[in-house]
Amino acid sequence: MKRFELRDAPIDAVAERATLEDPAAGGCVTFEGWVRNHNDARAVTRLDYQVYGALAESEGAAILDEACARFELRAARCVHRVGALAIGDMAVFVGVSADHRDAAFAACRWIIDEVKRRVPIWKNEHYADGESGWLHPGA
Amino acid sequence: MKVRMRYFASLADRAGRPEETRDTAATNPRDLYAEVVREHAFGFPPERVRVAVNDALVGWDHVLADGDEVVFLPPVSGG
Repeated sequence: MKRFELRDAPIDAVAERATLEDPAAGGCVTFEGWVRNHNDARAVTRLDYQVYGALAESEGAAILDEACARFELRAARCVHRVGALAIGDMAVFVGVSADHRDAAFAACRWIIDEVKRRVPIWKNEHYADGESGWLHPGA
Repeated sequence: MKVRMRYFASLADRAGRPEETRDTAATNPRDLYAEVVREHAFGFPPERVRVAVNDALVGWDHVLADGDEVVFLPPVSGG
């Protein structure tokens, strides 16, 4: 199974967690990113994710491969939504399993940080006042 | 030389299109970016932009070839 996947339908966290199971693993750490109803003091009503598909697939796969090389993991998985999302929808799932918790916590945090920094996906937020805007973080 | 450009997010808004084919004298992404910025007024200096050629990330001095597909990536906001 591919470790990184783009998805245009809702993410099933229970099904994704099951991909981490391994008899040698002592635990798993998962992170779910959700669409929240506010950003920078503005009321958000929904958002669209635009993706550069080919590069997002290869960059996401590279991040998870790097995570497996950097940390002592049994499994690693990331699924990122694309398209139109509503408030409360899961935007991203990250999960890792490991023999011990230190590696699991560290790897899960590292993966979501790298995904946010590197994978070519852009968020267009729609605001309650009818405006919308692409987010391009950083100064 | 002809290159195919694809634009994403605010760059597509500024360019007014998601893609275009350009005739260019630029031989690397650095010169090509300067050229398209003059035309489309992208709001990002090159330090904040990454470059992909034919779906792989490359450096600013990568040598472009006729028919390449070039994408300039503004700062990303997934997750």
